[in-house]
Amino acid sequence: MLDVQNLSMRFGGLLAVDQVSLDVQEHEIVSIIGPNGAGKTTVFNCISGFYKPTGGKILFEGGEVQGKPDYKISRLGMVRTFQHVRLFGQMSVVENLLVAQHRHLNTNLLSGLIKTPDFRERERKSLDRASYWLDRVGLLELANREAGNLAYGQQRRLEIARCMVTEPKLLMLDEPAAGLNPAETKDLNQLIVSLKEDYNVSVLLIEHDMSLVMDISDRITVINQGRPLASGTPDEVRQNDDVIKAYLGEA
Amino acid sequence: MAANNLKHALFCALVTLIISYPIIGFNLEIQGINITLTGATTSTIGMVLLAAVIVFLFQLFRDRIMSALRSLPNPLPQPRKEPMAENKRARIESWVLTGIVVLALFWPFFVSRGSVDLATLVLIYIMLALGLNVVVGLAGLLDLGYVAFYAVGAYTFALLSQYAGFSFWMALPLGACLAALFGLVLGFPVLRLRGDYLAIVTLGFGEIIRILLNNWTALTGGPNGIGGIPDPTLFGMEFGRRVREEGNTSFHETFGIAYSGEHKVIFLYLIALVLAIITALIIRRFMRMPVGRAWEALREDEIAARSLGLSRTAVKLSAFTIGAFFAGFAGTVFASKQGFISPESFVFLESAIILAIVVLGGMGSQLGVVLAAIAVTILPELAREFSDYRMLVFGAAMVLMMVWRPQGLMPMRRVHIELKKQE
Repeated sequence: MLDVQNLSMRFGGLLAVDQVSLDVQEHEIVSIIGPNGAGKTTVFNCISGFYKPTGGKILFEGGEVQGKPDYKISRLGMVRTFQHVRLFGQMSVVENLLVAQHRHLNTNLLSGLIKTPDFRERERKSLDRASYWLDRVGLLELANREAGNLAYGQQRRLEIARCMVTEPKLLMLDEPAAGLNPAETKDLNQLIVSLKEDYNVSVLLIEHDMSLVMDISDRITVINQGRPLASGTPDEVRQNDDVIKAYLGEA
Repeated sequence: MAANNLKHALFCALVTLIISYPIIGFNLEIQGINITLTGATTSTIGMVLLAAVIVFLFQLFRDRIMSALRSLPNPLPQPRKEPMAENKRARIESWVLTGIVVLALFWPFFVSRGSVDLATLVLIYIMLALGLNVVVGLAGLLDLGYVAFYAVGAYTFALLSQYAGFSFWMALPLGACLAALFGLVLGFPVLRLRGDYLAIVTLGFGEIIRILLNNWTALTGGPNGIGGIPDPTLFGMEFGRRVREEGNTSFHETFGIAYSGEHKVIFLYLIALVLAIITALIIRRFMRMPVGRAWEALREDEIAARSLGLSRTAVKLSAFTIGAFFAGFAGTVFASKQGFISPESFVFLESAIILAIVVLGGMGSQLGVVLAAIAVTILPELAREFSDYRMLVFGAAMVLMMVWRPQGLMPMRRVHIELKKQE
């Protein structure tokens, strides 16, 4: 469903991403790994529309999306999280989820002012969806807390829930396990697999935690210094000499 | 440490001298056709030196003074208590609000004409502050030229009545819509700007409007302003002693009561009250609608908001437009109340005062903004003897507020949303 072909991104004299290609099929978890500064997040930013790639093509469900504004890309059904949690800190947890459902809500000002039946119906549905996902990630009790006051692990889960209420087709997670303890990482592991199995969402993942990556990925793409190094199933990647040299370390 | 403090204090005193001596210590005097520079009197120079000494002493003992200030008891109650149950509080709040509104409805019949006039002004400021609260408090866009939209509303009414004979009720929606249009037009170029840059551009826009009104003498009468703006009518009944327009009747004759100038003042007050309540209710609804949440989301984290499919353009423009709309509302009422407007009413200081109301009241909080509008408008009237020191007191009050209660009088409270449990 996502097909990235020869993606390049140049910042002045720096070629941050050089001819990277990858693809995500339906019902699949694909990981991007690579050393720090390899250009993984830059690839993410290009796909999600925060950067305009300087070369290459990005196809989502057959249509070209490179260079489209970020909010339009997200409305197509590609939603991302961030390396550093980006919540609406002063808003309550449930409001964070309501904001994300902007697209499903009746945003006509007049119908909101006089509370038309359609407006109420959509508002109620989005509240239901919000409470469903809060329950799913175990935050229902904290629904009216300020999002900025949650513990770090909870914020991570809220960010994923916030993406899921938009009903995406492709979920892009940028280092979701960063800063989590082993138990939380395990929960996250299960959550991501269940997103794929139960909700039929494809996942594109950037992660440093090898146990997580190797466990749940269907395929892995390795990037080093902006260039694609290898790609394949976890086993293939684990045995690839170049990858071992560049990243996994020679043992 | 001490030596460091001394050095710093000396430096501050020196800066005080350098800044204030040339400004205050010299006078330009006209002698015939020449201008001569003369030194100020010794007492003025003494005052400048005294000021420098005070700055020096304050900086020298700053740590001790500030810690003494901090140990002063906080005059405002701390929100340490457990919050009340949500439904109980909502019930009390709605009762109190209804009480205040009823009181405000009947109050003008028992007080002097001057206080009703002042109260009308307070209500105009409440409308302005509620509108600016959308832009600054909710959407987080620092707008220093808000008064421009106020001016657009006021001048729309004034010009329409002068050239086309429009009445208040016809001009009210037009003034608000035209102000909203200006907000939309200003919104486009400033969308990409953030923080300081946005503030500067909006400040410039406010000045452009004022200078335009000042210099376009053919249309606006320039600094002379526009007079003879009609009062609002009640179903075609006028409040003047004599009927100004063909076909209208006068209020006192219709009801067979003696003419009184107070009728008009009270009527204007009631109009302003109703409009202020409408403004508050509409904005309150907006805050709980998707658009209100989008404003806040964009303020909190623009990148995250965009990644979730919110269009920055649409959200920011809506905040600007809606804020400007209510300023236009207020402007029309203001023009009608004064009967005369000139560019002098729309200087930057007005923008600053409205912004101060929003900040004092607590960004995003409606009740806080209303309280702050009352305080900021009425206190200077009560302290008329000190009018020379008004800005000084105003500044001091702001500083103290920021020390004791940086979140404003009544910080915004989040709406409590009841969620159904999943089965």
